[in-house]
Amino acid sequence: MSPKKSKPEIREAILAALSSVAPEADPATLDPKQPLREQLDLDSMDFLNFVVALHAALGVDVPERDYPKIGTLDGSIDYVSAKLAGA
Amino acid sequence: MPSLGADMDAGTLVEWHVKPGDTVNRGDVVAVVETDKGLVEVEIWEGGVVDALVVKPGTKVPVGTVLATTRASAVPQPTAPPPEARVQASPAARQLARERGVDLAGVRGTGPLGAITRDDVEKAVRPVPPAAPAPALAPAPRPPPAPGPPPAAAQGIDAAGMRRAIAAAMARSKREIPHYYLSLDVDVGPASAWLEAENARRPVTERVLFAALLLKATALAAREVPEMNGFFAEGAFRPAAEVHLGVAISLRQGGLVAPAIHGTDRKSLVEIQADLQDLVARVRAGRLRSSEMTDPTLTVTNLGDQGVASVFGVIYPPQVALVGFGRVLERPWASAGMLGVRPVVTATLSADHRASDGHRGGLFLAALARRLQKPEEL
Repeated sequence: MSPKKSKPEIREAILAALSSVAPEADPATLDPKQPLREQLDLDSMDFLNFVVALHAALGVDVPERDYPKIGTLDGSIDYVSAKLAGA
Repeated sequence: MPSLGADMDAGTLVEWHVKPGDTVNRGDVVAVVETDKGLVEVEIWEGGVVDALVVKPGTKVPVGTVLATTRASAVPQPTAPPPEARVQASPAARQLARERGVDLAGVRGTGPLGAITRDDVEKAVRPVPPAAPAPALAPAPRPPPAPGPPPAAAQGIDAAGMRRAIAAAMARSKREIPHYYLSLDVDVGPASAWLEAENARRPVTERVLFAALLLKATALAAREVPEMNGFFAEGAFRPAAEVHLGVAISLRQGGLVAPAIHGTDRKSLVEIQADLQDLVARVRAGRLRSSEMTDPTLTVTNLGDQGVASVFGVIYPPQVALVGFGRVLERPWASAGMLGVRPVVTATLSADHRASDGHRGGLFLAALARRLQKPEEL
């Protein structure tokens, strides 16, 4: 984990995590403010795998109660940025 | 060629994982077969030494064709890919098979629901020349895959073929099975709260999905009410000795597979979660094992993620029931004279009226609901 990661770096890491879960999805088509689950057709298992991938890539542990906060791409970026900044 | 589902007539041998002279143990993956539902790793059900590989890669052969022979000692015998316990055969067929030393697992059944008849065993006794052309009843073979490395995992699934396989199984189900349907709303407040607390103290890699609780509760209910767990063959219900829940898993490109979690009733929630995760990954990669395709004794479908309130499914023959779960929703709930708001899931049962009656179905759903009230015992 590096607290010095910039937002674009975090965004890239999150998109990579999403790609590992939904390999056929095109990140360029994602609306950053719309729910990831609907745009990428993620089920509960996919979403858990996304959380696991985030943990592996960025060292951020997202508890279940915070799942709604990472429901969109923008939300995920903000959440991870805050966590890495020591919030 | 093992039958990997009620809807399978033929399969294409893609590659061998063994060669003549290799020693194999029960459960080893010996070959990869392409079916309408993707690539399947075929396990062998008897150990021994591989004698000869009869079918060449790229060849499409009907179910029941001997793929290879093995020898236990000095005597070559046909391999038996599907487990003996899953073979549906008439008592007369079993007796004849014993007399002639025929392994029923390698025989193609033409009786009701694919059961093996005495005639089928008679036919199997006649030796099949290794290079025999496919019988006329086999569907026209597709061109064999191009030589070279085996197809990439995701290419193993033929969407049109899968649609045909689902169509055949579901049409047969609705034609032959007199379904009855029951539903029960279950307060999952205690189960949700318990799981939330459990997951909060687990590392992210060991979190359990609510689906695992539903599966375990279903498996325990199936043990209590065994009329829901087994097969209907030759005009009678045959209860299964074990509970192998089939889990309906949808594919992103469309289609559906329902492979088994073996011994679901005896597994811990963590084990069920791990199995589920592994199955979903391999279903999407098109790499299931033969036993996972043939073993389910009762199937569960969970459409909660799609937001549906309830699902009344179509039974996968020759199974006799299908359990459905909708989304966990907060609903007004009256209990002990008080009105409150609780997370509630609608559990449904589609069951075969030839195998059970509504009364037993009701007991099954009641058992399922009761199990969910004590999540710590799941």
